[in-house]
Amino acid sequence: MFKGKKVIALGERDGVPGPLIAECLEAAGAEIVFQKTECFV
Amino acid sequence: MDLENQAAIKAIVDEIGPENLMVVLGMPGEGLRLAVETLTTGDPSWAGPLAGVSLGLPVFHILEEKVRSQISEDIYAEKLLMMEMVLDLPQLESDLADIRTAG
Repeated sequence: MFKGKKVIALGERDGVPGPLIAECLEAAGAEIVFQKTECFV
Repeated sequence: MDLENQAAIKAIVDEIGPENLMVVLGMPGEGLRLAVETLTTGDPSWAGPLAGVSLGLPVFHILEEKVRSQISEDIYAEKLLMMEMVLDLPQLESDLADIRTAG
């Protein structure tokens, strides 16, 4: 599903943070092109 | 969704195109609905750079079953298992189903 795919990882402070999403998906073969952690208010 | 992030994502899509590109989110609840809507049909608040812009990107959540199943057990246990205990997974799947049906 993620091998060779470019992925935007957009996390949230009250959920899963962006760097964590990026780390997991990179290990699954994705290329992370943008990652950020939002703060939902 | 954060206006700066909208601008950054719009610039990425303009540069590399929507093919072979997907989004994986980590937020629960209302933030999830707003992010999915913004990244598919456009910013519903009409305040950001994605207002009226239908990127149509495939959007997933890191903790939905079809994504979780792609992550190795070791990494999942180390990085995400804790989040699974904090976030309500059945609610998340239900929210995603509702959002996708509405979209």
